[in-house]
Amino acid sequence: MSYVKGLKCRECNREYPVEPVYVCEFCFGPLEVIYDYNGIKKVLTKEVIEKRGQNLWRYRELLPIDGEPQVGLQSGYTPLLKADNLSRELGVKELYVKDDTVAHPTLSFKDRVVAVALTKAREFGFDTVACASTGNLAHSVSAQGAKAGFKRFIFIPATLEASKIVASLVYEPNLIAVDGNYDEVNRLCSEIANKYRWAFVNINIRPFYAEGSKTHGFEIIEQLGWKAPDNIVVPCASGSLLTKIWKSLKEFKEIGIIHDVQTRIFAAQATGCSPISTAIKQGTDVIRPVKPNTIAKSLAIGNPADGFYATQAVNESGGYGEDVSDPEIIEAIKLLARTEGIFSETAGGVTVAATKKLIESGRIARDEVTVVCITGNGLKTQEALHGQTISPYYIKPNLASFEEVLNKMKNVK
Amino acid sequence: MAVKVRIPAPLQRLTQGLGEVEAGPGTIIGLVNDLDKKFPGIGERISEAGKIRRFVNVYVNEEDIRFLKAEGTEVKDGDEVSIVPAIAGGC
Repeated sequence: MSYVKGLKCRECNREYPVEPVYVCEFCFGPLEVIYDYNGIKKVLTKEVIEKRGQNLWRYRELLPIDGEPQVGLQSGYTPLLKADNLSRELGVKELYVKDDTVAHPTLSFKDRVVAVALTKAREFGFDTVACASTGNLAHSVSAQGAKAGFKRFIFIPATLEASKIVASLVYEPNLIAVDGNYDEVNRLCSEIANKYRWAFVNINIRPFYAEGSKTHGFEIIEQLGWKAPDNIVVPCASGSLLTKIWKSLKEFKEIGIIHDVQTRIFAAQATGCSPISTAIKQGTDVIRPVKPNTIAKSLAIGNPADGFYATQAVNESGGYGEDVSDPEIIEAIKLLARTEGIFSETAGGVTVAATKKLIESGRIARDEVTVVCITGNGLKTQEALHGQTISPYYIKPNLASFEEVLNKMKNVK
Repeated sequence: MAVKVRIPAPLQRLTQGLGEVEAGPGTIIGLVNDLDKKFPGIGERISEAGKIRRFVNVYVNEEDIRFLKAEGTEVKDGDEVSIVPAIAGGC
């Protein structure tokens, strides 16, 4: 049974029935799913959740579906890793990595939102799913849509990393590479969505799709032993993930799973595309769009749709925003890999580098519990590291050649 | 010739289902007022107190007006204006 009461405009509070609509017809404000929390409170307890399968559907009453989950049955419930080596390196007491580099099936947190979006698309009766994407979403819609038997149209900026394009093509969707940046692709898609009756997961399915991100937050709380951390650092492109993590904390409080939310939420962006962290630093809620220029392509959204709400969530929680340069991103990817054995995509480099800066500036206290959200796998953006890693040792296939190298290494160390 | 204006689906009920309409040249906010005369009610949906609403993006010849002169951006005959609701993506 569903606990969804309907959709509501975040701007003007007009209410709408559960339909594939994505903006308020009156003021264009985004629509938010509203739930019957009193009803959910009676059925969704820690004990109930703990008995369920280790996937994102363990929180299903707080997700906007009517029937049984149909897509992404194994998605979610990624590890929350206690990052002792990285804590030591950064000089903090307790640091955790929420590791969506191993999300099923396509190695990014997008598997969460797509599981929910495609289940909802099926409930609405669509036979075609589509998305505008910088890569990770394209992979997940291509893959999960293939398994679920949808026709798929995937729109990407033509400049995306080659490896990211292959990782969509292998699932054989209709891949449309657009000569433009992500914002231009998005704008084109909103015009296409007007004309064709398809389930565009990040357009007309957006209110449902975005709810899937909450599971990243629910899992952090559950995996910390049903406690909210002091700080969460979240990478921001549109600002949607951050906004939904904040919502997840509030919902767990609302239904009595946690008693208090003292968590500060921090927005991490690349300096080459930082409209959200800039607004936070300047103390304004006016998001000025920018033309992105950063290696963190999955975060390169110059015109962030949820930027206003992300800024509000950060301010309400007492957090802050920070931005980091491309060299800092590379350095942080390598830091996370050599300390915790996790190879993150560039967005994770943004998060780790921003965390480092926030600790150094005292915004994050050294004796607190901090969670960093790592949202995608580094194997997807290997180009970013070309020429930036250490080099291999080349030898002949004999022992003498190996030992010659070994001796050199000893001399160096 | 006039200025071509692309209308998003949620507003097409006000334009008798038309996805593309014409308006006279001038500033963007002047164009919104001009549209409101032809299609009463459309003005307050796009703007509030002389400002484009927060979740409405307006493009002139594919450039976001916030990179131009915002509401004061001038459009001339033959220009194309798109009105697009903000949409999500990325993290």
